[in-house]
Amino acid sequence: MTLMKRLLGATAVLALGTVAAVADPAIIYDLGGKNDKSFNEAAFNGAERWAKETGGTYKELEMQNEAQREQALRQLAEAGANPIVMTGFAFGDTLNAVAPDYPDTKFAIIDMVVDQPNVKSVVFTEDQGSYLVGLMAGMASKTGTVGFVGGMDIPLIRRFGCGYAQGVLAANPNAKVVLNMTGTDPSAWNNPVKGAEIAKSQQAQGADVIYAAAGGTGVGVLQAAADMGILSIGVDSNQNYLHPGQVLTSMMKRVDNAVYEAFKEGTDLKAGINVMDLAAGGVDYALDENNAPLVTPEMKAAVEEAKAKIISGEIKVHDYMSDNTCPAATF
Amino acid sequence: MTKLPRWADVVLVPLICLIIAFAFSAILIAAIGQSPAHAIWIMIDGSLGSTYGLGYTLYFATNFIFTGLAVSIAFQASLFNIGGEGQATLGGLGTALACLLIPWPHWSLALMASILASAAFGAAWALLPAWLQARRGSHIVITTMMFNFIAYALMNYVLVNILRPQGSMDPATARFPVTVNLPKLGDILGVVGIPFSSKNPANISFLIAIALAFAVWVLLWHTRLGYALRAFGKQEKAAIYAGIDPVRITIYALLLSGGISGLMAINAVQGAAHRLVLNSVEGAGFIGIAVALMGRNHPFGIVLASLLFGFLYQGGTQLALGTTIPREVITVLQALVILFTGALPYMVQRPLEALFARLARKEAA
Repeated sequence: MTLMKRLLGATAVLALGTVAAVADPAIIYDLGGKNDKSFNEAAFNGAERWAKETGGTYKELEMQNEAQREQALRQLAEAGANPIVMTGFAFGDTLNAVAPDYPDTKFAIIDMVVDQPNVKSVVFTEDQGSYLVGLMAGMASKTGTVGFVGGMDIPLIRRFGCGYAQGVLAANPNAKVVLNMTGTDPSAWNNPVKGAEIAKSQQAQGADVIYAAAGGTGVGVLQAAADMGILSIGVDSNQNYLHPGQVLTSMMKRVDNAVYEAFKEGTDLKAGINVMDLAAGGVDYALDENNAPLVTPEMKAAVEEAKAKIISGEIKVHDYMSDNTCPAATF
Repeated sequence: MTKLPRWADVVLVPLICLIIAFAFSAILIAAIGQSPAHAIWIMIDGSLGSTYGLGYTLYFATNFIFTGLAVSIAFQASLFNIGGEGQATLGGLGTALACLLIPWPHWSLALMASILASAAFGAAWALLPAWLQARRGSHIVITTMMFNFIAYALMNYVLVNILRPQGSMDPATARFPVTVNLPKLGDILGVVGIPFSSKNPANISFLIAIALAFAVWVLLWHTRLGYALRAFGKQEKAAIYAGIDPVRITIYALLLSGGISGLMAINAVQGAAHRLVLNSVEGAGFIGIAVALMGRNHPFGIVLASLLFGFLYQGGTQLALGTTIPREVITVLQALVILFTGALPYMVQRPLEALFARLARKEAA
C-alpha cells in the first residue's frame, strides 16, 4: 500500500531543478560513508545541527571511488556551492590541485593541511584527547594491560596511539600497552570483522580496556569488547551509547563543531590553519549517563586535573607527528 | 526453432534487456520515494548532455574497452581470465615507474615508455597463472583471482613503503611531472575545430583504445596467431591435432590478455590521476568481464558495451550529485543493468525467437 502510494506520489511530483542551490554549503564524506558511527557521522551531525538552527539546506555527497573526488569538487564549485567542506586527509592532493581554479569558492578540509588562499585546514590535537582517555584506561584496567586498535597505519593514527600510551603510563607506569593497526590501506577504516579479531587477540594478551581509533572498524572492536565483558573506548563521535555500561568513554573529536562552524562562517570562511585543541574544545573525553557508573570519582578528578594541566601547559603531550617518534610506545 | 536474424540478435536483444533493467530501476527509485523520470533524465543529461559529461563517459569507457578486450582475447581461447584487476594494478605500477623515474622531455616519449611498461607489467602478472594453467593444469579462474589479491597486497607494500613521498599520509605516489601529462581529448578535438570540454579526464588514451580494438580484431580474424587462438578455444583436441601447441597458445593468449589489461593504466594513471593511488583500477577489471560478455567477445561489441558502462558510471555519479538517492541504491541500479544485459540475455532471446518463428510462419501461410 505504502509502496503504491509512493509510486503514485513519485510519478506525480516531478522534481524541478537539480542543482538550483545558490551558495548553499556542501559536505563531502570520504569512502567510509556518512553512517560510520564515528568520524564521518560526526561531520554529518554538525551539518544537521547547522541546518536545524538556521533552517538552511545543504548538499551532501558520499564518495564511491577515487575518480569522483576531483569531479565532485569541481561540480559542486561550479554549481555554486560555497563553502565546500570535506572530511579526511585523502582529499588533500585533489583539493590542492582544484582550489586555485575556483578562487571565489571557499573550501574546508578536516585532518589535513592544504596551503591555498581559499582553503581552511582544520586539524585536531588527537594526542591530547587520547592522553585523557589513556589516563582513564590506565586507571580502569585491573590487569595492567590495555589495548589500542588503529585504523590505517598512518602518522595521524600513530598520533592517537602515542597520546593514548602516554596517558596510560601516566596513570600506571608499569602498564603494558598493546598497539595494533587494522591495515595499511583505506579499507582499514571500514573493516569491523577484522577489528573484532584484533580486539579478541588483545584480550588474549591480557588487555581489559581497548581503545579503537579506526572509524567504522571501531564498531567491531566495541562489539567484541562488550561480548567479552571487557571495556572499550570509542572515538570521534560519542560512542558510549553503543554498549551502555561497557564503553568506558569516547575520545571525542569535534568534527561536528568544525563542520558546523565552517557552514556558519559560510562564504566568509577564514582561510588558514585552524587547530582545534583541548583548550578550544576540539577534543575531549565523553561523560554521559551511559558510562557514568564506570567513571569513579577519583578517575574523574584525575582526568579533569590532567585536562587543566594540558591546557595550562604544565603537561606536555608528545605529538607523534612533530618528529615521527613516540617516547611511550613503539609502532 | 528458427534462429534470430543477426540484427535482432545484436541490436534488439540488448535493447530489450536494457529497457527491462531500466523498468526495474524505475520501480526501485519510486519505492524509495524519488521520481524515476527525473533520475533517468539526470543520468542521461549528466553523461551525454554536455561535452563535459560526455568526456567523463568516454574516460570510463576507455578503461572498460581495455579490460573488456583483455577478457575477450582470453575468452577466444576458452580461457577465463578474471585477473584483469590485478594485471591492471600492476600496469599502473609500470606506468608510474616509467613516468617518475625518467625525466621525459615530451609526453609522447613518456606515453611510449608507459605503454611498454604497463603492458609488460600486466603481461608479467599473467605469466605465472598462464604457465600454471598450461603446464600444471591449475585452473586459470582460481589462479588469476588469487593473483588479484597478491597484486593488491604488493601494491600496498610498494606504495606505503617505497613510493610514498616523505611526510604524506596518503598511500599514493607523488604527482607526475606535468611534462608527462597526456593531451586531453578536448585539446585534440579543438585542433580540428570541434568544441569539446577539456575539464574532464578524457584523453588521448581513448583513441589508443579504439585503435587497439581494431588491432585485436585484425589479430583474431586475420592472423595465424588469431586463428590458432580461436581454433584452440573452439576445440582443443582438434587444434592439437592440427599442430597447435597448447602450452604455447595458452601462454600467448594470457600474456596478450594481461598486457591489454595493464594498458588501462595509461588512461587511469597517466591520463587522469597523474599519480598512482592504491586503488587505481577500481573494479574496471571485473567490469571488463561483463563488457566482454555483453559485447559477445567481439571488439566492436566491446566498444559499444564499454560506452554503455561508461554512461552508467558517469550517470551514477551525476545521480549522486544531483539527487539525494543514496550511493548504495545507485550501486544496485548499476548492478541491475549488468545483470540484465550481461547475465540474462537468454531470458529475452527465447521469447524473441518464438515471436520471430510465428511471424515467419504467418508470412509463409
